[in-house]
Amino acid sequence: MRTIRIGSGAGYSGDRIEPAVELAEKGNINYLVFECLAERTIAIAQNAKLNDPTKGYDPLLVERFEAVLPICKKNGIKIITNMGAANPQAGAAKVREIAARLGLGKLKIAAISGDDVVEALKVSDTKILETGAPASSMASVLVSANAYVGAAPMVEALANGADVIITGRVADPSMFLAPQIHEFGWSQDDWDKIGKGTAVGHLLECGGQVTGGYYAEPGKKDVADLARLGFPIAEVSEDGAIVITKVEGSGGKVTEHTCKEQILYEVHDPKTYLTPDVTADFSQITFTEIAPNRIKVGGVTGRARTDTFKVSVGYNDGYMGEGQISYAGPGALARAQLALDIVRERLKITGVKANELRFDLIGVNSIHADVLAPAPEPTEVRVRVTGRCDSMKEAVRIGNEVETLYTNGPASGGGATKSAKQVVAMLSALFPRDKVVPVIEYLEA
Amino acid sequence: MKLFDIAHSRTGDKGNISNISVIVYDQKDYERVREYVTPERVRAHFKGIVNGEVVRYEIPTLGALNFVMQDALGGGVTRSLALDAHGKCLASALLAMDIPAKN
Repeated sequence: MRTIRIGSGAGYSGDRIEPAVELAEKGNINYLVFECLAERTIAIAQNAKLNDPTKGYDPLLVERFEAVLPICKKNGIKIITNMGAANPQAGAAKVREIAARLGLGKLKIAAISGDDVVEALKVSDTKILETGAPASSMASVLVSANAYVGAAPMVEALANGADVIITGRVADPSMFLAPQIHEFGWSQDDWDKIGKGTAVGHLLECGGQVTGGYYAEPGKKDVADLARLGFPIAEVSEDGAIVITKVEGSGGKVTEHTCKEQILYEVHDPKTYLTPDVTADFSQITFTEIAPNRIKVGGVTGRARTDTFKVSVGYNDGYMGEGQISYAGPGALARAQLALDIVRERLKITGVKANELRFDLIGVNSIHADVLAPAPEPTEVRVRVTGRCDSMKEAVRIGNEVETLYTNGPASGGGATKSAKQVVAMLSALFPRDKVVPVIEYLEA
Repeated sequence: MKLFDIAHSRTGDKGNISNISVIVYDQKDYERVREYVTPERVRAHFKGIVNGEVVRYEIPTLGALNFVMQDALGGGVTRSLALDAHGKCLASALLAMDIPAKN
């Protein structure tokens, strides 16, 4: 039975660089996948592309490819990533440039685009899922709209000999599924196999989150060597058998419990995990330790996929302003509460119009409201005021009103900070499959 | 005792919806957790944080429950004014729930 090994080189755009290098050098992998495109990242990248048509790909693309491309070339490892973000063609051109500069010889790079449906959505009566309003009603504030494309175009690129695939918006698990379909010749409507391949993708897409990252609870769930956390590898066989593991000797651990936490991460109904490729069923999934750091995955099935692609819609949603200041020692809490009252009144007096305001005491109620009240009273408290406004000018004034507590507020406030930024918020919609046409372009180095 | 003593947890976010898994360390505690940690109790526990419906899914093969909570993230990760806009810390807050010692 033929087996391939797929490594996960990043769980998000800003993730550590060296674990992917370790995977490429010592992981004995055939494919290295980097998931770097969060919901909002693509809207931000879209703005970057508008300012400069050669930009709009992931800001760490160059650093990551410089680190792994020579090793992957030497070891025959293919790379698949969504670091193309809003501009896969420019990302692919950058990779070609890096390959030439490093003298790596022949390399075939595929750029997959076609996920951008913003112009189509502006004139569409497709409903926004969260609000029920037609997409066209948001035309004036829309920044981006990208369909989550499935594995199919990546499978085609692999069949055409691509060594590196740079995509825009694709579903995260699909990047891991594509090499399995390609290598094993699975039919794309063999729902059980596609379901299993999707489970592999879901377990690996967040990098270290399945190898002991985001898991440690000192004394209860200890994880050794998180500073050298090893990123995951999936061993997949032609019949869909799966083992999750990591590079031997690396930090972290793969256990039944690390896998259990990750398989349910960002899942709603485990029986119905929707991707562009399949409706995967994780409701009967099992994890079995067959050796230390080797977990066998069983019980995954699949059903037919839906007729629509999910579309992630970015829109301008005003400006957010924030200010913070700390109080400490006896009476800290009372001074912090006084500070909040003063800022609340100041924003009224000075006529700052906010659509929403929030007054937090960090260390007291900023994370969990009253669910977890501190006892006894904390010896330091950080005041935080934040609000969303229609103009940048007003957003800036929120931070200013916190800062002026220095000389106008309670005693001994310190460490004031302030910030203001434009808000690009995200909504979603379902768009007919046949209206999204993936485009594959090839570059040769 | 607290849920923290017998289970672990992870939060995920999709738009304005938060999901929290509750996974028992030892399968023998699953039934007890399943009986006590109902969607109604979770809703009450998160009063003031979660404004929408709470639905529970059971995954017995994992010894796990999955709570899906609507209107839980201040309008959604990308526009929320919250310090923890993803609601990542909600998992730990749920584990603070008191659960009766053995029935």
